[in-house]
Amino acid sequence: MTQSLDMLVETPSQTAGPYVHIGCIPTFAGVEGIYPQDLGLSPIEDGAKGQIVTITGSVFDGTGWAMRDAMIESWQADAAGRYAGQEGADPNVSGFCRFAADKDSGQFTLRTVKPGAVANRDGSVMAPHITLWIVARGINIGLHTRLYFEDENNDQDPLLARIEQRHRVDTLLARKTGEGSYHFDIRLQGEGETVFLDI
Amino acid sequence: MSDQKPLMPRRREVHPLPYWPDYKTSVARSPSLPLLSMESTTSEETGPRFGHSTLGPLDNNLIENYTQGAAKAVGERVRLHGRVMDETGRPVAGTLVEIWQANAGGRYRHIKDTYFAPLDPNFGGCGRTITDDAGYYEFMTIRPGAYPWPNRANDWRPMHVHFSIFGPTFGQRLITQCYFQGDPLIDLCPIAATIRDRSQLDRLVAALDMQNSRGMDYLAYKFDIVLRGRRQTMFENRPEGM
Ligand SMILES: [Fe+2]
Repeated sequence: MTQSLDMLVETPSQTAGPYVHIGCIPTFAGVEGIYPQDLGLSPIEDGAKGQIVTITGSVFDGTGWAMRDAMIESWQADAAGRYAGQEGADPNVSGFCRFAADKDSGQFTLRTVKPGAVANRDGSVMAPHITLWIVARGINIGLHTRLYFEDENNDQDPLLARIEQRHRVDTLLARKTGEGSYHFDIRLQGEGETVFLDI
Repeated sequence: MSDQKPLMPRRREVHPLPYWPDYKTSVARSPSLPLLSMESTTSEETGPRFGHSTLGPLDNNLIENYTQGAAKAVGERVRLHGRVMDETGRPVAGTLVEIWQANAGGRYRHIKDTYFAPLDPNFGGCGRTITDDAGYYEFMTIRPGAYPWPNRANDWRPMHVHFSIFGPTFGQRLITQCYFQGDPLIDLCPIAATIRDRSQLDRLVAALDMQNSRGMDYLAYKFDIVLRGRRQTMFENRPEGM
């Protein structure tokens, strides 16, 4: 016998199910009047510093179908690479957003500021990126991934550097489609499967 | 940044299998390649904060919040409460807890729910609260009904309440479900069965809590939640590789 480690164990996940919108974005789901507005409608407020960007895309299942029921949360730094709560962070950037696939087309849209490069505890610097967390019916534990920008310098990014199959890095790069607009698809399975993170 | 700490790695073995053929939707929605594992970074070690100003007075009362107190939802009155802690046992204070559930007949107020059990005009089906300094939360609600769902021909979800918990950092984000003690449908549910270790599934079953129930009013169920912990050491700021 040894001493006890005295640790608790994380509560197991369960799927968010088809009705996650009721709990997280009820107004979007048509359940109106309980909250004045849905949480995380926008990651920025008027006056946020930096370039406003609009990112569109879809979440595809393993058959290539654009899922109509996915919900995504995003978390990002401000244009200077600081997260809300950190010293000097832009007060107009909450950094958090909730958005859902359109129930008819499956397309999502995220309007935000382009984040800056972010410093780590060890002094390394991460290229500008947005953390994404995807939940839906059939996803038993929320999927973490990241969106980087193809027009930024991603060469020194410590996370991208760990991807052995270099062509898979592309699955984390948003494509520039115009000034301030990007496209980013998420593929849960199969050809072009997005790199998901255990982090 | 001085309070930033690395997250303890997620113990994937306590979590559900992403691919579980009996839960048919998971077949095409589970990654087939391994996850990329690495130590948490600033992006996971920070997270959104939601203050009490976010909340309305009835937000954690699902019996009354849909009508803003004008009328009460039908169903067995339940107080659902517990604590949010992390793996180190510390309370997770000031964190947002959101729930959603079916009404007493097993019907969700959602455009995609076509089950013919009737909607309750006085029940919306969502609530939220923020944990206190001890990590404690509570909701007043009604016991959700079990419901059939399109999977295999005769699958039924046990009574359950969906929970969404933030924790202080985005890497601790968790969505799960709370079941109710004694429900025979838990053993038959392919979604519950995605958790392969029965002792872990048992941790999602809220216990009937008579000591916190109130006669002639409500039954209490206790549902504690544990989030990932954060490693605490003075040796964390060395460059990688040392
Ligand atoms: Fe459900």
